[in-house]
Amino acid sequence: MTLLRHLGTAIIVAVVLVALSIQLGAYRDYQMAEVAAYVAAVAGLTVLIGLSGQISVGNGAFMAVGAYGGALLLLHLNWPLYLVFLAAAVIAAAGGAIFGIAAARLRGPYLAGATLMLAVALPTLADQYTSVFGGDQGLSTSISTPAFLGATFPPTRWLAWVTCAAALITLVLLANLNRSRIGRSWRAVRDDEVAAALSGLNVARLQILAFVVSAACAGIGGVLLAVVTGIVAPGAYTLTLSIGLLTAAVVGGLGSLLGAVWGSLVLVLVPTYLTNVAASQGLSGAASSSVPIAAYGVVLIVVMLAFPAGIQGGLRRLFGPAAPAAAVPFNALRRRRPAAENQEEGLHEKAT
Amino acid sequence: MRKPHRSSLAVTAGIAAVALVAAACSSSSSSPSSSSTSALTASAPGITATTITIGSHQPLTGVAAPGYDEIAPASNAYFQYVNAHGGIYGRKIIYKYLNDQYDPTITSTVVHQLVLQDNVYAIFNGLGTPTHLAVVKYLNDSKVPDVFVASGCECWNDPSTYPDTFGWQLDYIREGKILGNYIEKHFAGKKIGYFYQDDEFGGDGVKGLNYEIPKSQVVAAESYNPAVTNVEPQVTALKAAGAQVVVSFSVPAFTALLRLISLKLSFAPQLVVSDVGSDPITLAGLLESFAKQGGATVSGNALTQGIITDGYLPSLGDTSNSWIKLMTMIHSKYLSKYPLDGNVAYGIAAGYTFVQAMLKAGRNPTRQDLINAINGGLPQGFSVSPYAYSSTDHNGITGAYMAEIENGALSPIGPVQITDTNPTGSITTYTVAQPPAPASGIPSP
Repeated sequence: MTLLRHLGTAIIVAVVLVALSIQLGAYRDYQMAEVAAYVAAVAGLTVLIGLSGQISVGNGAFMAVGAYGGALLLLHLNWPLYLVFLAAAVIAAAGGAIFGIAAARLRGPYLAGATLMLAVALPTLADQYTSVFGGDQGLSTSISTPAFLGATFPPTRWLAWVTCAAALITLVLLANLNRSRIGRSWRAVRDDEVAAALSGLNVARLQILAFVVSAACAGIGGVLLAVVTGIVAPGAYTLTLSIGLLTAAVVGGLGSLLGAVWGSLVLVLVPTYLTNVAASQGLSGAASSSVPIAAYGVVLIVVMLAFPAGIQGGLRRLFGPAAPAAAVPFNALRRRRPAAENQEEGLHEKAT
Repeated sequence: MRKPHRSSLAVTAGIAAVALVAAACSSSSSSPSSSSTSALTASAPGITATTITIGSHQPLTGVAAPGYDEIAPASNAYFQYVNAHGGIYGRKIIYKYLNDQYDPTITSTVVHQLVLQDNVYAIFNGLGTPTHLAVVKYLNDSKVPDVFVASGCECWNDPSTYPDTFGWQLDYIREGKILGNYIEKHFAGKKIGYFYQDDEFGGDGVKGLNYEIPKSQVVAAESYNPAVTNVEPQVTALKAAGAQVVVSFSVPAFTALLRLISLKLSFAPQLVVSDVGSDPITLAGLLESFAKQGGATVSGNALTQGIITDGYLPSLGDTSNSWIKLMTMIHSKYLSKYPLDGNVAYGIAAGYTFVQAMLKAGRNPTRQDLINAINGGLPQGFSVSPYAYSSTDHNGITGAYMAEIENGALSPIGPVQITDTNPTGSITTYTVAQPPAPASGIPSP
């Protein structure tokens, strides 16, 4: 039933997106494609943090894994696009599994530290093996519009379709996972590991699985971004990207897939908009390229002050029915506080 | 039966529309490209009756920004000068350059924005080899003129694959040959080391050097990655190999790092640096600021003294040269916040070439008209040697003179030499004197 409902929603959204892509201009289509790429990656991260209670500052690295994997398949084997996307997810998931096994032994700041290392170290591999990865220049990943759409079909509309389709499928799968036994188990682990283990859940395995899922989503996001920009280069997958993903997940609303969409919109649109505003105010190049960074920070502070549970949490509070516990995902961040009432709460939840 | 009927109706309507437009044109004058009185029309994307909007991607922040961030403002200064003196057939040039931080992925994003949102007529002087490679296919697929790329990579000279892309500055293969030829003649028997950026920029330069320098003389070839600022391992390797001459194909920041690390390691080879990495004023500033970050004080000019390089624009020290006079005038009028250095000279000179090409493209140019104009060849402007432009060659400047840095300025130490990009192509002295700058400062159509 849930599957059907999610599928129905996805089809309606798909129709709306197609209509939107036809209505909007070429550049908006391009931005739509960019947003879609980030949505896939941020959605994976929001599931990891919001549902399983682990923190990753290194999902940008998994995006790089997916992007390079996809690019190599596209360049050398000429695989069809959908297979490339699937393969990118699988490759990144494999990377996530390897890392997740190690990560399952780590907690809180130590886990964050390990993922941080991944974000810093992994992209430099591209410079170590330049013959395979093309060094700093990267690999070209531009795709062409299929012939059946005609020669005059705008290439950016095709990009928007492809990326939105992939992102939508990712979201549907995640939504189902969320509602499944695995999703419930993740929430149990997030809220209280000891209680979850006592009730027979394999905590380590569940945490690794969450890591794998989030890495697979990052891999899809990475290959989508590669296809949109037409290039995979290490400069795109720096720590800044990883932190950007984390920011988007938090600003959008941790644990909420719709929040991932809001977060990605902020991530893509705010900097572009601010650069344009700064440039049109007649600021010099260097100044106008610094303004967005400063203003971006201000936007984040304001959003977090006004909506501590992210944009989605804020919307829920404003328009939703009797507010569900929007702050629940944040238990993940304060998990180390061993308050007695918390434990009681956990046990109580288990009992119900 | 209905379908053909409909389409024939459309054809009739189309013919009628064309006839109307033709009538409208002929009422003012005949052929738009040859007439000097025809009305100015929105003849192409980015062109209106009053403006021409062009775009560019530039490193305004980041590792390549020091020095290079002056180039686009300098081109813009020249465009402002042209705009103030009648524009291009009355149209004013609007130059929108966006920051890509020398990161190819951002380049792709900002160029999409320029083409799709800002609707630019052409991408002008997009800076950087790795960055511009990210968009060259996209621009050609979209039929957007991609003119005078600010990089000397041979990649821009590929008219059959990239018909809409043109190089401008002396390409790195030619430059490598000219530098290599000088080294072969003046440092015979010496041990040579290479220091180069690990991409097509450094790769092309080394290719040119290897065409001239005997292999037996090259004792070390060390590359660097622009994202990693620690070059001590490379410099140590050059020192260990006993290099007496180090040839560097590097951006200014890395030339400065090479120089400072050499100083630290008491390694003092003769430095020979590619034009793009050797502007004396930029280098001196970088050397002083890097040293300051490390807690030391150095004199930038003392450290650049004696560096051998080449120049394809007249030397800024030659104040009697009509081109340098024009440059100085534009600099003092529109760009006084920057020093008049090699980057400013570069930006103004590239801007001049663009104006040459636009004037040649005609009063109401399409995008293809600009391509055709450059394919037909352009007269020599600021550069000391002619352009290579033709329908089969999209390289720009073809030669340079050897120079040495003396007291913070380039001082020529040889005649202008021209060559080609072939391994065996000869290097010849170019004896034709550079035509003087137009008195108006604006090229004649």
